[in-house]
Amino acid sequence: MKFSDEFEARFTEMLTHYPTRRSALVPTLLYAQDEVGSLSDEVIEELARRLDLTELEVRNVISYYSMLTTKPRGKYNVQVCTNIACMLRGGEELLDHCKKKLGVGHKGTTQDGLFSLEEVECIGACSWAPAVQVNYDFHENLTKEKMDQVLDEYKKKLNH
Amino acid sequence: MADVTLTVDDKKITAPAGTLLIEACKSVGIEIPSFCYYPGLSLQGACRMCVVKIEKMPKLQTACTTVVTEGMIVATDNDEVRQARKAMVEMLLGNHPLDCPVCDAGGECELQDMAFSYGASESKFIEAKNHKEEQQWSPVVYFDRPRCILCYRCVRVCGEGMDVWALGVQNRGVSSIIAPNEKDHLECEECGMCIDICPVGALTSGAYRYKTRPWEMNHVGTICTHCGDGCKTTLGVRRCDTGMEIVRGDNRDKSGINNDFLCIKGRYAFDFAHHKERLTQPLIRKNGKLTPATWEEAFELIGKRFREIRDEVRDHDGGSAIGVIGSNRTTNEENYLLSKFARVVLKTNNVDHHRTADFPALAAALHGKPGKTASMREVLNAPAILLLGNDPTNQHPLLAWQIRTNVRLRRAKLYVINSAPIKLRRQAAGFGMVPAGAEAKAVAFLAGDDSLLDSLLDSKASDSMTRDAWIGLRDKIRAEQNMVIAFGSELRGHDIEKLVSFASTLTGAKLICLGDYANSRGASEMGLYPDLLPGYEPIASADKFQKEWGNLPAEKGLSLPEMVEAAKAGKLKALYAVGSNPVGRLGIDPFVFSKSFVVVQDMFLTETATIADVVLPAANAYEKTGTYTNTCGDLQLVKKAGEVTNTKPDFEMMVRIADAMGSDVSGLVPFGSGTHSDMGQTRGAQSGEADSHAVWLEAHNLEPKMTPFDPMAILDEIQRVVAGYHVSRVNLLAGNDQHLEIAESGASAIQNPELIVPANDDLFSSGTLGRYSKTLNSVFENKSADAEVAAD
Ligand code: SF4
Ligand code: SF4
Ligand code: SF4
Ligand code: FES
Ligand code: FES
Repeated sequence: MKFSDEFEARFTEMLTHYPTRRSALVPTLLYAQDEVGSLSDEVIEELARRLDLTELEVRNVISYYSMLTTKPRGKYNVQVCTNIACMLRGGEELLDHCKKKLGVGHKGTTQDGLFSLEEVECIGACSWAPAVQVNYDFHENLTKEKMDQVLDEYKKKLNH
Repeated sequence: MADVTLTVDDKKITAPAGTLLIEACKSVGIEIPSFCYYPGLSLQGACRMCVVKIEKMPKLQTACTTVVTEGMIVATDNDEVRQARKAMVEMLLGNHPLDCPVCDAGGECELQDMAFSYGASESKFIEAKNHKEEQQWSPVVYFDRPRCILCYRCVRVCGEGMDVWALGVQNRGVSSIIAPNEKDHLECEECGMCIDICPVGALTSGAYRYKTRPWEMNHVGTICTHCGDGCKTTLGVRRCDTGMEIVRGDNRDKSGINNDFLCIKGRYAFDFAHHKERLTQPLIRKNGKLTPATWEEAFELIGKRFREIRDEVRDHDGGSAIGVIGSNRTTNEENYLLSKFARVVLKTNNVDHHRTADFPALAAALHGKPGKTASMREVLNAPAILLLGNDPTNQHPLLAWQIRTNVRLRRAKLYVINSAPIKLRRQAAGFGMVPAGAEAKAVAFLAGDDSLLDSLLDSKASDSMTRDAWIGLRDKIRAEQNMVIAFGSELRGHDIEKLVSFASTLTGAKLICLGDYANSRGASEMGLYPDLLPGYEPIASADKFQKEWGNLPAEKGLSLPEMVEAAKAGKLKALYAVGSNPVGRLGIDPFVFSKSFVVVQDMFLTETATIADVVLPAANAYEKTGTYTNTCGDLQLVKKAGEVTNTKPDFEMMVRIADAMGSDVSGLVPFGSGTHSDMGQTRGAQSGEADSHAVWLEAHNLEPKMTPFDPMAILDEIQRVVAGYHVSRVNLLAGNDQHLEIAESGASAIQNPELIVPANDDLFSSGTLGRYSKTLNSVFENKSADAEVAAD
């Protein structure tokens, strides 16, 4: 299968970082997921071949990391933290709010394919709890209202 | 390595440096509980059952990953340790369904045993248990996820042990699961090793699940009846309507040459015994149709016809009118008896069998050169192995296992020369791919004939080696000491002689000739040849057997293809096929035998049986006692496990036929006690002379056997007269394997190489027998179904 030139450059570079080929798997999976949207059977097959692994081994690793997914997600992956600091500061309510607002549950994706929702463990933003990560961006000190704004902005982004 | 001294539970013990604490304890009888630890597999440290207290270490340590050190002071069973273990069991039981009453492993489950020892009968957990229905992963492998205790033994044995890597671990924490390689099913070698190694009932087999409880079976350790490697398989048997049913095969006691290993055939392919087409009644052709008859009727008819044909033709055709074909799966005793019966009673040397390897050529080349063959056990320890031809992964699964294990654990050097990229190349330190049929040339090249180098270069193969690479490979091979050289049927006749002379230039090299069936080697050694008697004694110099057996036909007999020719010419008046199916296996036109009187002893109505005049329902090797010689020349005891009523062992049938022909049975099978003149006479002794057999029995502390149907009587004779078979009876009866010395055999004779027809069985086929195994067939169908999907 074909990846972008950028991916290929990164992949080649990545191989030089480790003593064994298989070690490049985890970062490579992340790059591939960012590019393709999810780790499809095709991606798994290709990466297994490139890194001299069985497809099963690649699947084992994917299943270990909650950031990796084999199923396509929405364009924006809304990750709501409900770990201790966020929980104390309303993370769970925030999650409930998002569920209602987006009409999907944990690991669900809206019908238009725009958002998916996920309840996650600590994302390292405890000082600004409650926190939410959308793709790679952080949104902090959130309230229900602020959350609505955040979601609206992503919607708007798409229309541009 | 130097020994270290340590203290365990106040006892001083010593162990070689580098020993794991768990093993050091085991060696002095202190058992440390373990789930994930398994000798020979990589260390996992996952279950923490093996924790012990080691002084000066702050926390409990896992004995399965800790290496002994000098002065270490260990407590394996104090309160702290017991408490920790109890907590581990409690955790494991927290998600366990506790369905022991219906679980296959119930009664032989390691988790049950631990719960029994540490009694975690109370639980602090109130969470709902994770549940998942059982899944079928392949025709053979089933998975009950909730029972899994995540010891990862299955994952490691499949990957490290089998080199299949079909099982993995997915997710993490409490949701970790074992997963098959094809998402919801397995694509694998179906060896069942994962099932056998599972400490609980999480992995179960299609063959055995929900069939019975372990304590309802009797267990009989015998030898696998499929390939030529001679694995010990412990058969679990249970009474049933038709005798004794075999319900399970495993190798729990690990006492065989195969230790833990069994392939799918040894583990599951015993089911042919209860195939619905199994013959349980003699059949006689009446008005052109095979019709059920009584045993008496059948023996009488065979006795009468065999006798008529023998006596009628002796006047002009000289015994050439009867052909005898033996089997690769009958016991040594039966093969010996058949060889003797043919010569002594039928008066013919027309004896042959389906040859799959050239053992006579090996015997000829090694005549008088002792210590040049390797046993199956030696493959596990040899510092180097050279594999010429063959594909052990498919054709000799145990050999492949021995090789892989040796390479993995002892870093043996493996060299592979083959015309295909066989799977064992993955373990090879050197792999030379040659064009098909060039194996013999490769041997000549190794021996120094450089002119053959060009013929080894394969222009078609993309990874063909350069000339320099070949020379490099040769240098490495020649430098190896104490190497085991295993060769397939690609090498025959004079090529084997050349290989043997090459091997004799290497220090300590030993050979293994690879034949295809469970007792192919035995068939060879017991003289199922037209020109060779037991122990590779040529007919031409048969003095020994003239003396033992009495008058033998002097001329060499017909080989199998020659018998076919004789039948075509109307000269073969009778054919006696014991446990073999030449029509089906060797593609012989069945009409050739339409004028011959054909007698077949078999389990099924094979292609050969269909054209027979009389078919006798035979017992298989799991239903009788005797010995097998594996392809390496290791002698082992075959024990009766199953039973199907109204079948008879081939041994008994031969004796009955001899009797029905009016022959003196005591001349065929030495039985009864005393040294009366008749017994002596028939064994070649002069009247009044001591009976040499009785003398031998006495000298070996053995009793005379009481009936002519006792195969042990022939074992006595084999041990007495067949060169190389004089091994310890006690060891044999104890179920141990003993390597035979082929160098003591007769001079043997070079055979026509074209008479060898490799069986070409793979992991899921086994000659005619395999067709009647439901397990093998279901795997086979499953594979072809997959192949079709992939092709879409
Ligand atoms: S049956 Fe054998 S090859 Fe298949 S998964 Fe189990 S261990 Fe691996
Ligand atoms: S299936 Fe059995 S062998 Fe495999 S991890 Fe689970 S308990 Fe261990
Ligand atoms: S390797 Fe051969 S002898 Fe061993 S179980 Fe398999 S078929 Fe039987
Ligand atoms: S608890 Fe939510 S970011 Fe750490
Ligand atoms: S046996 Fe030692 S941790 Fe499992």
